[in-house]
Amino acid sequence: MNVQISHLHPAVTAAARALVRIVIVGHVDHGKSTLIGRLLHEAGGLPDGKLETLKAVSARRGMPFEWSFLLDALQAERDQGITIDTSQIRLRTPARDIVLIDAPGHAEFLRNMITGAAQADAALLIVDATEGVQEQTRRHGYLLHLLGVRQVAVVINKMDRVAYDPERFERIEAEIVAHLAGLGLTPTAVIPISARDGDGVARHTPSTAWYKGPTVLAALDAFSPARPPADLPLRLPVQAIYRFDDRRIIAGRVESGRIAVGDDLLVMPGGKRARVKSIEAWPVPDGARAPQVAHAGQSVGITLEREIFVERGDVISAANSPAKSGKRLRARVFWLHPRPLAVGGEIIARIGTAWSPGVARKIENAVDPGLLASDGAEVIEQNHVGEIELELSALLASDAHTADPNTGRIVLEFDGRIAGGGLVLAVETDGNATVARPRHAPSLDELRTKAAALARLFADMSPAERIARLRREITGRIVFTTSFGLEDQAILHLLAEQDGDIDVVTLDTGRLFPETYVLWAQVERRYGRRIRAVHPRHGDLEALVERHGINGFYDSRAARMACCAVRKVEPLNRALADARAWIAGLRADQSAHRQDMALVSADLDRGLIKLNPLFDWTREELVDFVSANDIPVNPLHAKGFASIGCAPCTRAIAPGEPERAGRWWWEDESKKECGLHTRRL
Amino acid sequence: MDRLDELESQSVFIFREAFARLKRVAILWSLGKDSNVMIWLARKAFFGRVPCPVMHVDTGKKFPEMYAFRERYAKEWQLDLLVEPCPPLDAVDPTLPPAARSAARKTEGLKLALAKHGFDGLIAGIRRDEEATRAKERVFSPRGAEGLWDVRDQPPEFWNHFNASPPPGAHLRIHPILHWTESDIWAYTRREGIPIIPLYLARDGKRYRSLGDADITFPIASTAASIDEILDELAATKIPERSGRAMDHESEDAFERLRKAGYL
Repeated sequence: MNVQISHLHPAVTAAARALVRIVIVGHVDHGKSTLIGRLLHEAGGLPDGKLETLKAVSARRGMPFEWSFLLDALQAERDQGITIDTSQIRLRTPARDIVLIDAPGHAEFLRNMITGAAQADAALLIVDATEGVQEQTRRHGYLLHLLGVRQVAVVINKMDRVAYDPERFERIEAEIVAHLAGLGLTPTAVIPISARDGDGVARHTPSTAWYKGPTVLAALDAFSPARPPADLPLRLPVQAIYRFDDRRIIAGRVESGRIAVGDDLLVMPGGKRARVKSIEAWPVPDGARAPQVAHAGQSVGITLEREIFVERGDVISAANSPAKSGKRLRARVFWLHPRPLAVGGEIIARIGTAWSPGVARKIENAVDPGLLASDGAEVIEQNHVGEIELELSALLASDAHTADPNTGRIVLEFDGRIAGGGLVLAVETDGNATVARPRHAPSLDELRTKAAALARLFADMSPAERIARLRREITGRIVFTTSFGLEDQAILHLLAEQDGDIDVVTLDTGRLFPETYVLWAQVERRYGRRIRAVHPRHGDLEALVERHGINGFYDSRAARMACCAVRKVEPLNRALADARAWIAGLRADQSAHRQDMALVSADLDRGLIKLNPLFDWTREELVDFVSANDIPVNPLHAKGFASIGCAPCTRAIAPGEPERAGRWWWEDESKKECGLHTRRL
Repeated sequence: MDRLDELESQSVFIFREAFARLKRVAILWSLGKDSNVMIWLARKAFFGRVPCPVMHVDTGKKFPEMYAFRERYAKEWQLDLLVEPCPPLDAVDPTLPPAARSAARKTEGLKLALAKHGFDGLIAGIRRDEEATRAKERVFSPRGAEGLWDVRDQPPEFWNHFNASPPPGAHLRIHPILHWTESDIWAYTRREGIPIIPLYLARDGKRYRSLGDADITFPIASTAASIDEILDELAATKIPERSGRAMDHESEDAFERLRKAGYL
């Protein structure tokens, strides 16, 4: 492929071209800097004389030509041949303006890798074909997940050193795809290349004729810029109040949602009500053109109709869906300081523009994401990750990261310096706050306590009683997810017999059996209600099919998990986004793996109570109930199908086989879950 | 929002963070295209009024057009202008190559001005795409007591959270346009109608692409006589922006040495 050079893209149209920030990550010496040098060379982006300068710099150190000197500009980096700090360089392709962010591969400089990667819309993860997946490969993959970088392509570099062996490529591909799938990431491409020689970077060469996917440049062109979340409720963290004249201007950036003149607001964490009087701008527009609305991503100034006390750190929120306010929160964080974070450790927590001293009250699941080895102790070592429960001195406004990616991020400061950061998993709202919140969000302890109490309460009840009582015990939305299996049909019947306001949702993966769709329409008629369908995100789905092929799930467990992630798990997360409780149809005797699931559990990630009302029913009890009530069932059950999921991944079972033997039958018994019903208690 | 809106919004955010988190900041005004955009962005951030001093550390060797520009717009934009002198060449590290040594006068002038005014933050208009060590900068970049940049131990910085607590005696460099490119600067200057020094526009086949001291800054061959033509020229050129700045090119490490010692 002949990459076009810059003069074909007049600068006057530059503002209209998409700008994508892409970080190159991976283990030390796997070839990050070399790939960047090669990309710039291929795309014609190197300034005149640069190549000659690099040759001279290499020769002065008695080295063969080194691409890495392009970005490794510091003397210490050049002398030692390592990347110390992150750097950025521009590249133009036919479709895009690209900012390439180089990130160091040494564990010692992980803080610099994070500094670079946190700015990226997408990532290229590079793996050396001779060494395969290494410590920093895994660690960087994990950090991409914590940093919220969702678009990832993998390049397997140095294919020239393994004689372009396709089998070696496939082994490494399977390993890295599986690792990423475990983090909820599906690579958009896995590309065999030689960055040094250029194979696979801008064009394919005969050496990798067996590879049919995109080149690196084509993969870069397929990434899209991350947009500020315009669809979420308003969050405007206050940076400052300016009184330069008679106006009292509240300044900050709209991090999500939109704000318009006349909007009703709640100022969190205090919960004061306010209404937008004006949106201010400079140079001062004439009256008719004064801005009326501002969107996510815009730095704005607003005035309020009534003077209330607002200060830096407050989060101006949509009145009908405000940020939470609390002093205790749970977060999954990475830790960068040489001194480990221990229980009782004091830090400064920063969320949005607010901060507060805080103490780590609990530390769990501390691991080294490079070795995937548990630390087994209540400390998070340098460059490791873990879950912490923080107790703050001041009330802060925040959100769970699943609700809002911006106010759901926390930064930890130690010893006057940023020392860690991560995702807010849950916020324990403050009991004394005088805020009229539209719904009560439970704390983690509340969730656990509630789940345990309900489990005791429900133990001797019938499924119908359990559902009715759950409705009385839970304030807020309850969602029942059905896949039209036998259990779900029984639950749907129970719901129809009582008045509880419970949403019925199904995940239409697009690959269900024709019989399932027929049954779906049939039960809507029978029970006189619409069953809400949640579909996969089309972009994710298209990327998945592009990557693995339409039936790629048979090829590897990683591909199968990736398919489940796109078609089922992500849609489920959306279906449950604002629910307080979730009803599902798991039964204890379905598979060996499901026996550790429970009648009632606390789903801590999703902040809800989960009830499996038929949990203690046997298959016989279930079948009896269904036939006694003449409940419509999937005709496939009669053909030997026990548990029915997607058509390509479900088969009939032989008499005597375990019930879920017909799901993903080509895989190990113990691993047969799609990730929907992971145990989270 | 188009790309210029995004750039502007991020710069405004950075200005407001600097002003909120530090006690006493100044904007460094070198009179060039970048720092003029920066002053403009400060006026956007604070609704027309620049709420901190604007400091020109003056080598005394700028082009006459630059001084004329300074006098005119300091008044017109109602800036709280501080002009601080630089010490003579003798006071500067004699081991530096000649042009770099000359440029390093500005570093010394900066140190004296810092001591005199007690600033804990200096807002500077450097950009990543200008030069490879600038590409490694943080938005909030700590400087040691002697103004030194410890490139081996820069603090982590992410998600628009900045390290804003310099130890006593140290200060921060704040870089609100670090993420802009040369083309961005010109496109924004054109869109906003920001005034420029005419030396940037071609006369007799030459123009200045980057302005510094008159004796160590050289024009490039160019026919770009308007901002539109500059943008077209930049889209096609493969010559680096600072090619006319002698101090960058004397030795491999000259610019890094300047910057480690406190140069911008």
